[in-house]
Amino acid sequence: MARNAAEKVVLDPDDLRRTFVRIAHEIVERNGDRPFALVGIHRRGVPVARRLAAQIADFDGRSVPVGELDISFYRDDIGRRGTSEAPVVHSSAIDFDIDSHVIVLVDDVLYTGRTVRAAIDALFDFGRPPAVQLAVLADRGHRELPIRPDFVGKNLPTSADERVNVRVEELDGIDQIALVDSVVRSAGEA
Amino acid sequence: MRHLLGIGDLSRDQIERLLDRADSLAQLLERENKKLPTLSGRTIVSLFFENSTRTSSSFDLAAKRLSADTVSIRAQGSSVTKGESLRDTVQTLSAYGPAAIVVRSPFVGAPGMVTRWTDAAVINAGDGKHEHPTQALLDAYTLRNRLGSLDGKNVWIIGDVLHSRVARSNILALTKLGARVTVCGPPTLIPREIEALGCSVSYTLEGSNEADVLYVLRMQNERMAAGDNFIPSVGEYAKRFQINGERLGARQLLMHPGPVNRGVELSPDVVDAPQSLITEQVAAGVVVRMAVFYELLAGRGEPEGGQKRATAVAPMPDGATR
Amino acid sequence: MSEQTGTKPRLRLAGPARPLAPTGPKVADGLSFKGGRGADMLIRGAHVFDPREGLDSVLDVIVRGGEIAELGAGLSAPEGAEVVEAAGKHLLPGFVDPHVHLRTPGFEYKEDIESGTRSAAAGGFCLILAMANTNPPVDNSGLLRSLRMRAAAEAHIPVGFSATVTKGMKGEELTEMADLADAGAACFTDDGLPIADAGLMRLALQYQRLAGRVIALHQEDPALTRDGVMHEGAVSAALGFAGVPAVSESTMIARDTLLAEYEDARIHVQHLSSAQSVETVAAAKARGVKVTAEATPHHLSLTDEAVGDGTDANFKMNPPLRDEADRQALIDGLRDGTIDCIATDHAPHAAHEKEVPFEQASMGVTGLETSFPVVYSDLVVPGVLPLALVVEKLTCGGEPFGLPAPRIAGGAVANLALIDLDATWTVGEEGYESRSSNSCFAGRQVNGRVLMTLAAGVVAFRARSFAVQEVGA
Repeated sequence: MARNAAEKVVLDPDDLRRTFVRIAHEIVERNGDRPFALVGIHRRGVPVARRLAAQIADFDGRSVPVGELDISFYRDDIGRRGTSEAPVVHSSAIDFDIDSHVIVLVDDVLYTGRTVRAAIDALFDFGRPPAVQLAVLADRGHRELPIRPDFVGKNLPTSADERVNVRVEELDGIDQIALVDSVVRSAGEA
Repeated sequence: MRHLLGIGDLSRDQIERLLDRADSLAQLLERENKKLPTLSGRTIVSLFFENSTRTSSSFDLAAKRLSADTVSIRAQGSSVTKGESLRDTVQTLSAYGPAAIVVRSPFVGAPGMVTRWTDAAVINAGDGKHEHPTQALLDAYTLRNRLGSLDGKNVWIIGDVLHSRVARSNILALTKLGARVTVCGPPTLIPREIEALGCSVSYTLEGSNEADVLYVLRMQNERMAAGDNFIPSVGEYAKRFQINGERLGARQLLMHPGPVNRGVELSPDVVDAPQSLITEQVAAGVVVRMAVFYELLAGRGEPEGGQKRATAVAPMPDGATR
Repeated sequence: MSEQTGTKPRLRLAGPARPLAPTGPKVADGLSFKGGRGADMLIRGAHVFDPREGLDSVLDVIVRGGEIAELGAGLSAPEGAEVVEAAGKHLLPGFVDPHVHLRTPGFEYKEDIESGTRSAAAGGFCLILAMANTNPPVDNSGLLRSLRMRAAAEAHIPVGFSATVTKGMKGEELTEMADLADAGAACFTDDGLPIADAGLMRLALQYQRLAGRVIALHQEDPALTRDGVMHEGAVSAALGFAGVPAVSESTMIARDTLLAEYEDARIHVQHLSSAQSVETVAAAKARGVKVTAEATPHHLSLTDEAVGDGTDANFKMNPPLRDEADRQALIDGLRDGTIDCIATDHAPHAAHEKEVPFEQASMGVTGLETSFPVVYSDLVVPGVLPLALVVEKLTCGGEPFGLPAPRIAGGAVANLALIDLDATWTVGEEGYESRSSNSCFAGRQVNGRVLMTLAAGVVAFRARSFAVQEVGA
């Protein structure tokens, strides 16, 4: 993924750190004493979920279970997109009792809502949680489904031609959210 | 990957990706609800021109766990005797609009020919004595689960290599994954110049105690045409090549594609020995075949349009975008 | 001829890519012999002749406990040793015959292990290989083991038993060759019959990589032999006998040398009879095919003219006596090394099987007791071949099968033939040691008489005229 001249950083590492802290507090406030768990959606939702869990452990002392969800098998666009571009195969790992935890789904960017739809489907094949909430780092709009986040890092109004690049240290070496014009990006990559 | 015709067509990366996918499926299948909605509304046709219970039921279950609708056609030459050619059969079946056709044929290359007559993804479930790629994949998957990696591992494939598509696919798959493969059996059952596939040859079990894995093939009596006599007797064969308790080391793994001829290629005691992976192989068959369906069918169509965004194009009949 | 010299086995049995299976017993381990007390004797003043060892002079030879203890001049007899006065006689390495029909089991009225090995010892042989076309044929290890037990009780000289290539010699299915090799089979052969099916022949050659052992081949194409009873040529034309064309043999040799080349296998062609066959073997050897070949004394000394008026079935054998050009080609083949050894194809038959019209008679002739005298009289005496070459070809018959030729050397086991080259005698006048008398040389006057044979250190034969002489003090 080339970082080219058309890219504009909208959240720097400090901004992101503050965002994590804020969302973590919001989640704890919202759920009070109810047991809850964080479930990251592959791929960047997983490190984001872990980061939030670490924050919570930091200020609240409680250890929140973290799960991982691979939504490959629940997509609504199977047969219409290439899989060869996604080099890494993920797996789902939820090793806590889903029926007794409020589940906070965690992803990096919220866009059409189809990924979240698939994640909810995938989640319900593991059990029946008392409630499902949604936390995202960036909401770029353009929803195609009636889905709304409970916790948002930053609202990023975008055009359909733009792309939001969320980077996390675990995978990309830096914490950052950038906006990039996908037309320029394609040209740069060509 | 549009079709799965043989291990020969696959790169190491492609094989590993299939095995990784099978891994992620295996985790999902540990939960109570073993069904995934992935291929809901798709049709998978299996077209078997040869007897098979294990392979066809494994494919069938794999398709059903991905919520596909399945149609099984057992031809066994009957269509041919009725004058219907393979091409006619395939074109007739295409009326069901299958997303995938699973083909087993006594003839080498038949699945490849089927690809010319259909838009469906074609999966080779065994063609003549050529390849049986899903068997090799599930074997590799089983071994990888046990050994972590196949790099540098020493695998002996023992028995009737001449008539074995399992052997051919496994030689290719295991060597691509970094294993050293030796084929072993009576000289009359080892194909000339099999070394070209990247294996070495032994006509005795001498040295097999160094192997990490003994992969024992079924004596395929049904493949030995009447009048041909590749071995003098089952007794002489068993004396020299049967894997029994004495010949199976405590740290060696034992595999067999099934069904086992107890007392011929394997002594009855080793089938259930702790070293035996035979039941694991059968279990692996389903997840590996699910992974194959997923990789072939999920990847069809136009490339990714945007970030996690479904294409704006309305759903089209299978294959219409091609 | 130079190819024949030296004590190392000449054959490279292992191919580069796929060697013969190294496991299992050696051919020599399968030899069976009743044994006996190792000889203690001084053979005094014999002309000791062993071309391989470069021996060609008058020497005394001391044998102690069955081993050649000393070679030298003026040796004195050790205590208790017999003194054999051998001045004027030749002491040769014992002969080895890779092609003998002992007819056991099933045809003991023709020959059995005792009589056959007695006949062999009388011919100067110290080792023979027995053919497997018995009744039942030697196609299973149980029968092979029982034969070896029997030979261990009654064989006068060591015998290696061959086993058949195909079950029941039917040419349809391979025998349990690996088990048979483990049970002590010296080689595999359907001798008496060809392996007509090329596909099965190929399987046998492939299977050799597991079983080991040489496959010895009786070569004829049944489709060409048909009902032939003698060589197809002028004599058969004149007599009105159905002929066996030489191509019946040569085409099969061509087929099997090509197959052996393709499969990197090791074959031995039995009883070459025709010029074309010699050429075919020579061409294969030149290509590096692992093939060896033998010829019989009768094919080396007789032609189809011997069939005469067609009333003496002692001239009926398979392959048949062929014409003079063929005979000369066989002699040339011995000379240039194409033919590795002389083998008798000793094939005893009872009188009632031979004293019948030629076309109805059984095929085959005896040969053990006449082998050396015939070859010596017909080839060495007239100066056609040197004695050294003939001795080599008569003693190296085990080499193609992995059995080293006997040698006269200190420390070697005593395998010796003491022969009076000057003695003349008439074949059959004193009868035969063999149970059968179907010799094609009956009545012929020949030179060279075997006086004594030591096999594996034991005195196996002593001519009646050559009794114990003197025991040293």
